[in-house]
Amino acid sequence: MTALLPRRGLAQILALIVILAVDRVVSPQFFDLRLQDGRLFGSLIDVLNRGTPVALLSLGMVLVIATRGIDLSVGAVMAISGAIAASLADSHGLPVVLAEALGAGLVCGLWNGFLVAVLGMQPIVATLILMVAGRGIAQLITEGRIVTFTSPDLVWLGNGAILGVPVPVAIALGMLILTGAVVRGSALGLLIEATGGNARASELAGVGTRAMILSVYVWCGVCAALAGVIAAADIMGADANNAGLWLELDAILAVVIGGTSLFGGRFSLVLAVLGALIIQTMNTGILLSGYPPEFNLLVKAVVVLAVLLLQSPKLSGFAGVMARLRRTKP
Amino acid sequence: MENSLGSAPSLLEVRGISKSFGTVRALQEVDFTLRAGEIHALLGENGAGKSTLIKVVTGVFPRDAGVVRLAGEEVAPRSAKSALQAGIATVYQEVNLLPNLSVAQNLFLDRQPMRFGIVREGEMRRRAKALLTGFGLDIDVAAPLGNYSVAIQHVTAIARAVDLSARVLILDEPTASLDRHEVEILFGIMRQLARRGIGIVFVSHFLDQVYEISDRITVLRNGRLVGERETASLPRLELIRMMLGRELAETTSARAAAGEHRARGVCASFENYGKAGYVAPFNLELRHGEVVGLAGLLGSGRTETARLVFGAERADGGQARVEGAPVRLQSPRDGVRHGFGYCPEERKTEGIVAELSVRENIALALQAKRGLYRPLSRREQDEIARRYIKMLDIRPPDPERPVGLLSGGNQQKVLLARWLATSPRLLVLDEPTRGIDVGAHAEIIRLIRDLCDDGLSLLVISSELDEIVTYSDRVVVLRDRAHVEELAGGAIDVGNILAAIAADGAAVALEAHT
Ligand SMILES: Nc1ncnc2c1ncn2[C@@H]1O[C@H](COP(=O)(O)OP(=O)(O)OP(=O)(O)O)[C@@H](O)[C@H]1O
Ligand SMILES: [Mg+2]
Repeated sequence: MTALLPRRGLAQILALIVILAVDRVVSPQFFDLRLQDGRLFGSLIDVLNRGTPVALLSLGMVLVIATRGIDLSVGAVMAISGAIAASLADSHGLPVVLAEALGAGLVCGLWNGFLVAVLGMQPIVATLILMVAGRGIAQLITEGRIVTFTSPDLVWLGNGAILGVPVPVAIALGMLILTGAVVRGSALGLLIEATGGNARASELAGVGTRAMILSVYVWCGVCAALAGVIAAADIMGADANNAGLWLELDAILAVVIGGTSLFGGRFSLVLAVLGALIIQTMNTGILLSGYPPEFNLLVKAVVVLAVLLLQSPKLSGFAGVMARLRRTKP
Repeated sequence: MENSLGSAPSLLEVRGISKSFGTVRALQEVDFTLRAGEIHALLGENGAGKSTLIKVVTGVFPRDAGVVRLAGEEVAPRSAKSALQAGIATVYQEVNLLPNLSVAQNLFLDRQPMRFGIVREGEMRRRAKALLTGFGLDIDVAAPLGNYSVAIQHVTAIARAVDLSARVLILDEPTASLDRHEVEILFGIMRQLARRGIGIVFVSHFLDQVYEISDRITVLRNGRLVGERETASLPRLELIRMMLGRELAETTSARAAAGEHRARGVCASFENYGKAGYVAPFNLELRHGEVVGLAGLLGSGRTETARLVFGAERADGGQARVEGAPVRLQSPRDGVRHGFGYCPEERKTEGIVAELSVRENIALALQAKRGLYRPLSRREQDEIARRYIKMLDIRPPDPERPVGLLSGGNQQKVLLARWLATSPRLLVLDEPTRGIDVGAHAEIIRLIRDLCDDGLSLLVISSELDEIVTYSDRVVVLRDRAHVEELAGGAIDVGNILAAIAADGAAVALEAHT
């Protein structure tokens, strides 16, 4: 009977296929691809490209959530790193720009991790501080203006292509592979899952739960900073007020759609990124359909509900329910 | 099927109950009959299906087949709450009360005394206090339940169930975390309830208790009914045979003379070790191959000593040494690094990671010890899991099963495996045989001895004095959070331990029961 139960990831893949199919119906050219100036174009590429920031955020967020935490500050961290990158872009080389912007993300992550792991604050409260203050910091950096730049290096990061693949997409893929290699190649994955599953028990088993928690917030900050740089590079400017606004919610949603429980424990990097893609595929589909964007939120809610229902243990006994129904019939 | 029909009318009739979890057939056509006014022991090995039967009868799990009749009427509760409304009160093996609420609120959950729609806090506390006093418990009922030990939480759960004045009371391993004294109080109350015509189902792995309190015994094995007998006419060996389906190899008694271990070196020592307001400073020496037992009443400082020794709690004075060299034990990590291991008393909150598999739970401490950069490969993990599943007979023998789905006793074995896998030099075991069946109990004690012969030292806490006497080379007795006496060699016997515990007269009442 267990064979009938949906396997891990099946629900997400099904959801993505259904949404892609719907997109195809509203926009017949949805699957068309063309190569122009050494870069691929088309709605699918658009989905990947636009989905990059949330995909990057979800890579950090999924680890944080696996430890039973949450990071509300990622949107604000995007604004900070975007502001730094934009202000430095025309006066410094790309390595310096990246180092400063990502360094800022690392510091933000350390701060969050310190509050949660060392001071023992509740994650939602601890990261709320930076969520609010971070945007202020970003505004200080940009002095309240929208900072634009023309540095070709940074612009390439947002708009260039490697072997036809947009650079942001390549970066996101690279980060997924890097994170996966670190987490699953070392013992980090198991220890994070243990910490999230039962922190007290893990600590008594000798797991450095604090270090574990600190490191996931740091990684989350770095991922958010990278997302911020890419978002800024994409629009060739930084807007402290709007960069990354509400994206923390999309990132959390992506993680949840990816099947990682907000109560911590088991997580999947790939499924979290898949969750981000599902969200973006929906967004793009609604844009293409010509429905008013308000509609977006409603549809999102429905799809989220559907995926969560498919995953819920009550329903994953779906097969069991059917079996019982069959049995009770005379 | 062996059956002896009683004369009293049956109160709770369970017929043909089956329940499967995926491919695991936890119950197969089980019958069970409870008569009014009897105390009925439900026995079986770990994983036999006792807790599952209880949960199916009380509607926590849906059943695949079978009927339940209460006083002749068919009932099909859909939750513990509706079972309660039908008249069946239950204390489950994993007590699920709300640790953030006060003791009083937990006792009167869903039925607080109200006036004009407002909870009468004062009245509720007064009644809670009175109720717990009946169980010999004098605690602040306004404090959050989570502040108290498992034992007190368990007594609270039992008191709540008893107070619900149901027709059937089901207690799943209620005495596992209790001391003799509390067990006696509980038994007194159970007898009183039985006299009022309430039927009581009692699950336990303590056969002494079963013989002391029960009128009738039903045995399950591998999810099937083995039989129902009257306690008075069922010899103990016969009972064990019914439970295990085989003879239990006689456990040889008495450890090698303590003198033999004197020859071996000191593994770890603690001088003037203590923490203010936690445990008074103590001296403790643990030699290679030696078992030191910690005895005392609940709250006497046994668990506290264990936590200090392992590093789960920081000492504020004194010196710890490992193999003679001074060490600092600031955290469990330090303890693990020095080759210590610790199986805590609170299995669910401090032991298992329920969601992770048996394999991952077993590998956890070893992995933590090796550090991040030396991950155990999947093959190594499989290998370790397989080895300990076999050695400790963990059932079902599936390394990929989430540990939270195992029966209580099997979870305990997984924890033991977790530490054995680290090849420790010192293992601190807090109630290691709690919830473990007779067969496994003997196995674990035998295993403890083998490990000691290989040079492991053990510090063991147990409320079962017989057990401590069987395997200890020395016994440290605690009272009021201080080490008060050390017994060695021939001086170790239950009488002496009790005398030391009761030296100040506080527990004189206990002696009467031995
Ligand atoms: N929720 C669950 N999901 C899957 N399997 C379960 C679940 N609960 C119990 N089982 C399985 O059912 C079997 C019976 O378990 P049960 O908890 O009833 O044993 P028990 O007799 O109470 O043992 P113990 O003395 O160790 O408490 C075991 O094989 C167990 O692994
Ligand atoms: Mg049980």
